[in-house]
Amino acid sequence: MSGDAHDRRDGCASCGKGGRRNFMLKAGVGLMGAGSIAVGAPILGFLLGPVEGAHGLSWIDLGAIDQYPVGQTRYGEFTEPNASPIDGMTSRAGCWIRRLAAGQFQVFSVNCAHLGCPVRWFAQSKLFLCPCHGGAYYEDGSRASGPPPRGLFEYPWRIEAGRLHIQAGVLPGIETPTP
Amino acid sequence: MSGLIRSATSAAAATARWLEDRTGIGALIGPVMTHKVPKSARWWYVFGSATLMFFMIQVVTGICLATVYAPDAATAWDNLNYINTAVPYGWLLRAIHAWSSNAMIIMMMLHMAQVFLHATYKFPREMTWIVGVVLCLVTLALSFTGQVMRWDQDAYWGLGIGASIADRIPLVGNQIRALVLGDQIISGATLSRFFTLHVFVLPGIAIGLVGLHLMLVLRHGISEMPAASPPVDRATYRPGFEERVHKGGVPFWPDAAKRDLIFCALALLGLVAIALWQGPIGPGGIPDPTIIETNPRPDLPFLWIFGVVSLIPPATEAFAMLVAPVFLILGLFAIPFLGNEGDRRPSKRPGMVLAVVLVTTCIGVLTYEGATSPWSPDMNAWSAYETPHDELAGRTPLERAGAVVIQFAQCRNCHQIGGLGGERGPALDDVATRLSYDQLVRQVQQGGGNMPAFGKNLPRAQTEAVALYMSTLHPKLERQDEIAAEAFAGERTPDEPAAQSPR
Repeated sequence: MSGDAHDRRDGCASCGKGGRRNFMLKAGVGLMGAGSIAVGAPILGFLLGPVEGAHGLSWIDLGAIDQYPVGQTRYGEFTEPNASPIDGMTSRAGCWIRRLAAGQFQVFSVNCAHLGCPVRWFAQSKLFLCPCHGGAYYEDGSRASGPPPRGLFEYPWRIEAGRLHIQAGVLPGIETPTP
Repeated sequence: MSGLIRSATSAAAATARWLEDRTGIGALIGPVMTHKVPKSARWWYVFGSATLMFFMIQVVTGICLATVYAPDAATAWDNLNYINTAVPYGWLLRAIHAWSSNAMIIMMMLHMAQVFLHATYKFPREMTWIVGVVLCLVTLALSFTGQVMRWDQDAYWGLGIGASIADRIPLVGNQIRALVLGDQIISGATLSRFFTLHVFVLPGIAIGLVGLHLMLVLRHGISEMPAASPPVDRATYRPGFEERVHKGGVPFWPDAAKRDLIFCALALLGLVAIALWQGPIGPGGIPDPTIIETNPRPDLPFLWIFGVVSLIPPATEAFAMLVAPVFLILGLFAIPFLGNEGDRRPSKRPGMVLAVVLVTTCIGVLTYEGATSPWSPDMNAWSAYETPHDELAGRTPLERAGAVVIQFAQCRNCHQIGGLGGERGPALDDVATRLSYDQLVRQVQQGGGNMPAFGKNLPRAQTEAVALYMSTLHPKLERQDEIAAEAFAGERTPDEPAAQSPR
């Protein structure tokens, strides 16, 4: 209290109307702004970290190509390449592997292109069907009927030393390019 | 003995006086509790209190559950089963938390409908309505993030649906999806993020907004029933309201609060009864993304949205998912400014009553549709269901071969026969009355409507057998009618099977 009174008297006497108080207020606001940026930058960086895409795609081994018969579509499972210790079973993922010819594959994401539910392959009718909204796809992944706006998402693939590899690590989305 | 009681009582009173003198809590709360409210504020006004009560139950049971639950994607599902089976009263606490969430949303909707019907959002209570709308959105967000805490298949694939919707936002969709998921996939980081939202961020916002909402209620006073006040006029409303409440009002405690007390008590007993009867919700199937034999469904408050995105034409989806919600929320904010003055009686605002009826009906029907989801294929119908006897009897071997193809080509996943199968496409029991043999062949080969083309997938001979069999599928009565007509014409006896050839 007495400090306030002293400041006021002191300020009025030496610097005219509120001069020193004004300066101190401005300095305080400026310093607090700098402090806010200093502490806010790491907070924002921490929260926005995932947006920067710290990790991307990697090649994953889906096993020897001999286990995939030509002309058939088989279910495959793999572990996401960037899994962290707290991911548990959610680091696992499924895919549909179609072998068209000896060295020709298509590998589809299980996620429906509509809203991401897992599609199931029916070998008899040669269709992928989605349990959520009834999206249907032909065996080449192209849209057959229902609400999906595009065909199934495909993973880029390659054969290395007789083993099938796909490039995965990111949940496919509407803009995932078809390889 | 009585002297002992007397001295204890006077000591307690002295302590209370001391506390009041040093803190002033009574002076702070007393006038709030006993402030005058309109006499007409009776049973219609209990829903807001009930919403607040269920929110407080959520806070308390949520804190209890958080003492055991850990947002670890690797163990959360086991953790919930542990709470359900091994922690004392764990199952009941989870049940109360889940059902109280639904109850809170129902009470909130009733409260909102009452406020809308009685037009209490008019001058000067615009901000009370707006804060209420934000509280409504926060409550729905709490419900969605709560479903994620269950960390089962519905939670996992529900997040996938949320991610797919976020991904459709133009330009920044991918970034927003990463921000929501906290990762490039649905993972442990996603559960941690949603836990933080569900347990810290959203409840914090909700508690602040509830405080603001109540402060505004005190500032402007509880509104009268519409019939008890003249039409709202900005110039005269405040003095008139204050005079009416001052003259004819009753103290909030106990006169108005006693109804809140009775209703909330009954709602609380009802909640515990439902929790005991229904038990906890989930966890459902283990959230292993490689298990694709799953049928993801959202929780009750979101079934109507599930219905909307399933029933609208695909071309309108981007609008319905991204643009419509923004306009819907802006529309809710705009309500008090569109009807800021005038008569509050529902009888003078029939359009508004109709709006409530319309919205309630839509949400009700869409929730029912979402719960039954007739658009979803019945994924096991093809291998699970029999073909009814009377839809096989009397058929030729080729027609029966068609019936077999219908079964193994998964036609029944989308088409019912004898009331069993998917409802995505039309039932086939009377398909012969709608399409000729040639049309049936064309439909199977080329698809159309909502049906895939089977031209490349089925050999021609199988397609013909299917069409031949379907040509025999007439309604029962129609077939009886044909048989009777043929018998009358002397062509055959009624005991003979009906002529089946379509050509």
